[in-house]
Amino acid sequence: MNDTIRTRGPSLFEAVGVGRRFDDGTEAIGSVSLSARSGGFVAILGPSGCGKSTLLRILAGLDTATAGRIEWSEGPPAKGDVAFVFQEPTLLPWASLWDNVYLPLRLAGRTRADTGAAVDGAIHHVGLDGFAHVRPGQLSGGMKMRASVARALVTGPRLLLMDEPFAALDEITRFRLNDDLLSVWQAQRCTVLFVTHSVFEAVYLAERVIVMSPRPGRIVGDVAIDLPYPRRAALRTEVSYAALCRRVSDLLAETAS
Amino acid sequence: MSRSDRLPPLLIGIAILVAWELLVRWLKVPVYVLPGPLAILQALWTDGPLLLRSLWTTLEITFAALFLAALGGVALAFVMTLSRWLERSLLPYAVIAQVTPIVAIAPLIIIWVNDAFLSLVVCAWIVAFFPILANTIAGFRSADRNLRDLFRLYGASRWQVQYLLEAPTALPYFLAGLRISGGLALIGAVVAEFVAGTGGTASGLAFRILEAGYRLQIPRLFAALVLLSAAGIAIYAVLSALSNYVLARWHEGASRT
Repeated sequence: MNDTIRTRGPSLFEAVGVGRRFDDGTEAIGSVSLSARSGGFVAILGPSGCGKSTLLRILAGLDTATAGRIEWSEGPPAKGDVAFVFQEPTLLPWASLWDNVYLPLRLAGRTRADTGAAVDGAIHHVGLDGFAHVRPGQLSGGMKMRASVARALVTGPRLLLMDEPFAALDEITRFRLNDDLLSVWQAQRCTVLFVTHSVFEAVYLAERVIVMSPRPGRIVGDVAIDLPYPRRAALRTEVSYAALCRRVSDLLAETAS
Repeated sequence: MSRSDRLPPLLIGIAILVAWELLVRWLKVPVYVLPGPLAILQALWTDGPLLLRSLWTTLEITFAALFLAALGGVALAFVMTLSRWLERSLLPYAVIAQVTPIVAIAPLIIIWVNDAFLSLVVCAWIVAFFPILANTIAGFRSADRNLRDLFRLYGASRWQVQYLLEAPTALPYFLAGLRISGGLALIGAVVAEFVAGTGGTASGLAFRILEAGYRLQIPRLFAALVLLSAAGIAIYAVLSALSNYVLARWHEGASRT
């Protein structure tokens, strides 16, 4: 697969001069213009409090921009077109894994019988076969996060927004989930916007890394990661990967100073 | 509590009872001032059938009030959490009902409500319903913020949020309120009986206590008190067991390994 072809193509959305000022006057995002190609994987990197999460929330429709606009090339997203994975697994503790994954479909008024295959499929995709009737309390941190990803995928979203989803996990689990996320992304062909504060994670996963400045957040760098997919763990020790990490780190250091 | 935890309070209780009996005999305290434990035990035995019938009357009032308090508290909590506006408009009246001493309004209620049993239930209900209401509202409000966002993202209706997210979250809070209200319902029933008892309409345990006091049948008075305490403890124990059972199922994932 050729990266230069991959990173081009029709965009899913275009954010034009998006800004967010809170009621107390603090400006979370300055003026952010950003587009993502349909089916692309974009990582957003920045120091804490740079408005990364706010930007995701605006795209999800959970927050409203106080400046600028977002244009959707295929019209505004319908319910289930945009999925969100939070930093915490955010599962219903009293419901089984199956019921948790079924939740978005249930909220859309779909029946269990009608959607059983989709739920089973999403659980299978994240490698949690056999755990369908287990409650979140019995799952490990990594498995809960997988469940959260399965729930996000179950509606077949066009845009998957992920807000530091693996930040709380240990490194071994995080690396495995990184690889699994990439294979899920390649199978599902949805657009992923992945917020992280880890340079290494951003470069490993994404075909484009957007670097943001501290509050009020602005885009200070847009680095194409021209590493071929599928990416494997060996990539983490390759020179080309290290060089890109270095470049992104420098950008981040510049903006922080 | 393990057996060794239960032993010290049991020993102290026995020691107090023995000392009480010995002091009463040694100081020759008249039985109409302070009967000894053995005299009370005898009164329990001889007056048992009469007192138990009265206790049952009181418990009928208590259970009816507690049932209606649970029903009314939860229903009101549902309505009040529909909107901040509703909560702000209704809660002050719930607070007024809670802080007004029941002894002060019981005579009015007994006049207004024609049926003796019903008037006592209303009094006990006023005392008992507030903890359930306040706790359930707190429970509804304590639903996880990210889960709320998730429900919003998928366009959940207000009803879906209440039914699928807020009500399950509120369950442990409701059960804690129910436990408090159980004791309060009994107190409310007894207080209302005290007020109504002078009219000779009720034959509850409070009436027996008043009657025994007038007739200087102090051992019987104490026997009635013992039954009342035992009933209060039993109600608390049953509600605690119910609460533990329900929560164990609710948190099943956490408890089963």
